[in-house]
Amino acid sequence: MKPSRLTTYGNWVLDRFPLTKLWNDHMAQYYAPKNFNFWYFFGSLALLVLVNQFVTGILLTMNYKPDAQLAFDSVEYIMRDVNWGWLVRYMHSTGASAFFIVVYLHMFRGLLYGSFKQPRELIWIFGMLIFVALMAEAFMGYLLPWGQMSYWGAQVIISLFSAIPVVGDELSLWVRGDYVVSDATLNRFFAFHVISVPLVLVLLVFLHIVALHEVGSNNPDGIEIKKNKNANGIPLDGIPFHPYYTVKDIVGVGVFLVFFATVIFYMPEMGGYFLEHANFIPADPMKTPEHIAPVWYFTPFYAILRAIPDKFAGVIGMGGAIVVLFLLPWLDRSEVKSIRYRGGTYKKALLLFVISFLGLGYLGTQPATPAATTVARIFTAIYFGFFLLMPLYTRWEKAKPLPSRVTDQPSLEDRIPALIETYHEMTVQKPVTQEDGTTVMKRRPHPAGILNVITRLAIKLKKSLD
Amino acid sequence: MKKFITLFLLLILPLGVYASEGMPLQEADIDLSDSASLQRGAKHFVTYCLGCHSIKHIRYLRIALDLGVDEKKVLKDIAPEGAGIYDQMHTAMNAHDAEKWFGIQPPDLSLVARSRGADWLYSYLKGFYTDKTKVLGTNNAVFPDVGMPNVFWQLQGEQTPLYKKVDGKQVIDKLVIEEPGTLTEAEFDRVVNDLVNFLVYVGEPVQLERQRMGKYVIFFILMFVGIAYLLKREYWRDIH
Repeated sequence: MKPSRLTTYGNWVLDRFPLTKLWNDHMAQYYAPKNFNFWYFFGSLALLVLVNQFVTGILLTMNYKPDAQLAFDSVEYIMRDVNWGWLVRYMHSTGASAFFIVVYLHMFRGLLYGSFKQPRELIWIFGMLIFVALMAEAFMGYLLPWGQMSYWGAQVIISLFSAIPVVGDELSLWVRGDYVVSDATLNRFFAFHVISVPLVLVLLVFLHIVALHEVGSNNPDGIEIKKNKNANGIPLDGIPFHPYYTVKDIVGVGVFLVFFATVIFYMPEMGGYFLEHANFIPADPMKTPEHIAPVWYFTPFYAILRAIPDKFAGVIGMGGAIVVLFLLPWLDRSEVKSIRYRGGTYKKALLLFVISFLGLGYLGTQPATPAATTVARIFTAIYFGFFLLMPLYTRWEKAKPLPSRVTDQPSLEDRIPALIETYHEMTVQKPVTQEDGTTVMKRRPHPAGILNVITRLAIKLKKSLD
Repeated sequence: MKKFITLFLLLILPLGVYASEGMPLQEADIDLSDSASLQRGAKHFVTYCLGCHSIKHIRYLRIALDLGVDEKKVLKDIAPEGAGIYDQMHTAMNAHDAEKWFGIQPPDLSLVARSRGADWLYSYLKGFYTDKTKVLGTNNAVFPDVGMPNVFWQLQGEQTPLYKKVDGKQVIDKLVIEEPGTLTEAEFDRVVNDLVNFLVYVGEPVQLERQRMGKYVIFFILMFVGIAYLLKREYWRDIH
């Protein structure tokens, strides 16, 4: 039989390009552990949001004007006069926040299951570099709408460079290209935001995935699936990424999109957290806003900066809060990876860390009153304590015995009936009289039930911390 | 270095100032589907505000389309004389005069509802009272020492403040009407509410459309999730 034209052309390409090999190595014959849970959705979601930012970002540059005189108005022009411009802009602004939510959860997964530990140190390092690049990208992108908060946020953060001894003032001048944030700053931030940093991000994401596929994925049990292989050299607990995890991740994508669309269509400002109210006022170099707060995803680090009394030390502290994350693979001396088999100390330390990180995030959005500063200092100490004391407490604690094969835990969908039951326990049917006088039964919160559920959760949490 | 210290201090300062400022806000009744209210608001804006404030990010045509009003009717009833349907809503006052008269150019109000919020606007516009110590003869309970006169004084009448003591300081408790205007209090409230409603619409003209559209988008995604889940379950049937 004569091969079809498509086959002929296809073979022409395949003879010259290793498409089949690439597909097999990274999708169809890349064996991932079969016990991935909820926390493993966020890697693919980060990729989705990255693509969203690229596509919407390119569309925005078609109408945005990087010029101090025109920038603010051009954004409003996009919001009003460009067809679907409002949707593209909201997708981009919501995408920025979504990116950080997804990346923070992705990093937290690493902390839970020890994904940064040997042999995956380089994956973690590349991931951290992505995080730093992402912060730079977000910071510079935030200047572009040229609102009051864009302007003064950039002014404050760039001024931080001037706290560095000797070269500080020269350095911040060099970054701004002017004595204050100005048109020159806007133009260079635009260049970095749309060209340089995205290129770096793509390269780093590529390296992150190549490094991951070299050593293979970790899993919630933190044991190496490559230790148990069948006669063909395929891990017994591994399943091909495609189709199993492609179809699973698509469900995750769908659920994510429900939340994403809800924000875009019903709460694009997210109560002033995703789009700050003061940023609807054009930048005015002569008028400082009453309260300057960075966007929510920077607030934990901003709170650390403010908590430290000396400003240079504050800058070091803020930088150190990120640097210390890079060192994580070498700070953790535990012999097991996953939180499931670690001793109680790490679990308690992680819980304290989460509380202080969220606490710092909240405090960073609030004005620094004396009481708030004291609390921020305690949280800052816990933040650094979690990392810097890690070599000690992870060495002392006694790990539980590891299973030889990955374990089977109830999945998210298995838990749905129990969740529904909990909902019923927390609510009670009550007659409610409507406006038209008819009475219907409606579910209302049930205090005793809620108390029960909370007590049960607390007991469960306490038990799981041992 | 000094600049940094100044900025840092400015960061620490804010809420103290914020809290002591003005009276608690009154609630505006915002309903963007009420086209009649929006039309009245637009008309009030042109009558009382457009003399000094522009809303340059909206065009008369957009108002006609969004509010479902005939273009000719918009030009005749709402727009000032000589305006074209594609024009943005610019003020007639020139910047030089404005600075001479008020010290600053009155700000563009296209986004004021998004930066200040509807309740603030509503309370602010109702918050003017007689204060002979001020150049313009009025002050504002929500925005003290504002450089704007009470443009509604004929409608609202003149208000004077009643004070109460809080922590040893005199603060305004409420405003009472000393000299009645041409409108009753309820009528005046409606004028201000219509105006604020219009400004909320101007802040983001697409908001009704996006809320309408959102239902379909989310419904579609939910359908997608359902099918995707069935597909996942089918594939994963043989994984134990």
